[in-house]
Order: sequence, then C-alpha cells, then structure tokens
Amino acid sequence: MTVAVIRFGGSNCDRDAVAALEHLGVDAEIVWHEDGLPEETDGVVVPGGFSYGDYLRAGAMAARAPMMAEVRDAAEAGVPVLGVCNGAQIGAESGLVPGAFTTNRSARFQCEHVHLRVETADTPFTRAFDEGEVLSLPIAHGEGRFEITDDALADLESDDRVLFRYCDADGNVTNAANPNGSKGNVAGVLGERGTVAVLMPHPERATLPDVSGPNGAGTDGAGVLAAFDQ
Amino acid sequence: MTAYTATVTVRLKHGVLDPEAETTKQALERLGFELEALRSADRFEIDLEAADADAAAERAEEMAERLLANPTIHDYEVEVGAAAT
Repeated sequence: MTVAVIRFGGSNCDRDAVAALEHLGVDAEIVWHEDGLPEETDGVVVPGGFSYGDYLRAGAMAARAPMMAEVRDAAEAGVPVLGVCNGAQIGAESGLVPGAFTTNRSARFQCEHVHLRVETADTPFTRAFDEGEVLSLPIAHGEGRFEITDDALADLESDDRVLFRYCDADGNVTNAANPNGSKGNVAGVLGERGTVAVLMPHPERATLPDVSGPNGAGTDGAGVLAAFDQ
Repeated sequence: MTAYTATVTVRLKHGVLDPEAETTKQALERLGFELEALRSADRFEIDLEAADADAAAERAEEMAERLLANPTIHDYEVEVGAAAT
C-alpha cells in the first residue's frame, strides 16, 4: 500500500506522518498538491500545519485546491482518507465530513496531551482498539472547536459516525475534559464512508517509540495509523 | 457592463460562540469602557463589472456560498453599490 501524504504550502506535519507510517511498515510519500494524486494511491493523509497561512479560515483555501477534488473522488472510490489537525479543518471545509472546526473556546493556541474515548471500533482507524477504550494523544491547535447543528450532530451519533470524544483519564466525557469547547466533546468524525475520518489530535506524533517514554506522547497513535497497514 | 462594489458581510450565526469577540470585549472593559455585548464580523469589498446590480449581487452571493462563508457557522449578507474606486 502506498499512502499519499498531501503537502500544501504551509503543511508541517507531512514528514512526521511519513516517518510514523514507515515505522509501521507502510509505504508513504509526500505529494505536492499541485502534482495531483499518484495513480497508485491506496491511502491519503491530509496532514497538519497551517496551509495557506490559515487565511480566511483554517483549511478554507486548501479545501478548494484542485487536489482536494481528487481526494474526494478517491474517498468516494473507497480509498482510506485521514485528515489530521489542519487536515481535519481542510476535510470539514471540503465536505469530506460534516461540521466545522473553529476558534478554541479559550481563543488560544493549545498544545497539550488529551484523553480520547473510542466511540466506535468498527472503522479502519479504530479497529486496533475497543469501543470505550481511552487513548492519549497530543493536540496542537488554535481552531479545533467542533461546531455543527444539533440536528446534524444527532444524525452523526445515530449513524455511529463520531470517532473520538475528549474525555478524562477514566473515560468520562466531561466539560472539564473538553480542551477546546467542541460540541459533544467531539474530537474526530467519520465521513459518509467509514473509510474517511478526520481528527484534531495528532496520531503521527504518538507513534514512534523515540518520542514516547514517561513524559512523552506514548504510541496510541500507531493504532489509528494502522488503518493504512493492510 | 457597469462597475460595482459588492460588500459581503460574514458573521457567526446566532448562538455560535465567538471567543475572539469575547476576548475583545474583555479588553475593552479593562480599558474602562462599559458595554453589554460585542460581535465581530468579516467584511469583504469586491470590485466587479456586471450587467446590472442584480447580476453583481448574484455573483457576490455565489462567492460567499463557495468560499467566503462557511454555512455551518456563518450567515452572510450582500450589498451592492456603485464602484467604490
């Protein structure tokens, strides 16, 4: 499997994503957005960063680049697509998933470790886990507050398309454990196909053992990226 | 064709939290101002040539729909006037 990690101007987690995927034995390459998707693309990662300087809204410009039309087509053809952080913002702006990621409740950039509860294990991105399992992943964003209408959130929940919720270390989904004010504590959602997912936390920063350790990020991200290991 | 300026105002939908506006309000209060509430909005001034004002408004609305506003969180309005420049 070859995973295309899309680089826009301002992407900055592209090399981390490739390193993490290669650590898991997955072929991955950085693809400049103007070059289009390679023919042999078996997976797509839209990585984090500050594409187009976050002009207008985070992800707004990249979402309308021709590359994202190709990514949408690939997603509809069943190719697994994962958007992380700025990639999640781009995914929401481009319609890969519903909702929007906007300014944190704190109005600040937040870089910290969070706990996430696995809401469904029936996806490629969470099959390494059990439903209800608590993961630890880092976040690093200023615009990660998930916003969506009440009706659309209810639809997502009834379709089992909420992937992760922010929670405390014991798995309780509380307001105090919500780092950015996301509606329903939602940290990650699925597209119309279960092979399309976006999340604000960074699995690629919690995959390599080198950055693990007592004060490190752990390796829970490996289970998310294992979606591409097939 | 006539020159127009279309002004697109994009604001958060009622009820959507605006942390930047809240922070700005608090800063004004620290400066000693009294105020009840503060809302922020983005305004885009677009110079364009169109057959008439309706055509100019229609094009600006499409710009808002496709890029300038995010329908999940934003409302927008379009006003068209004589070219500003």
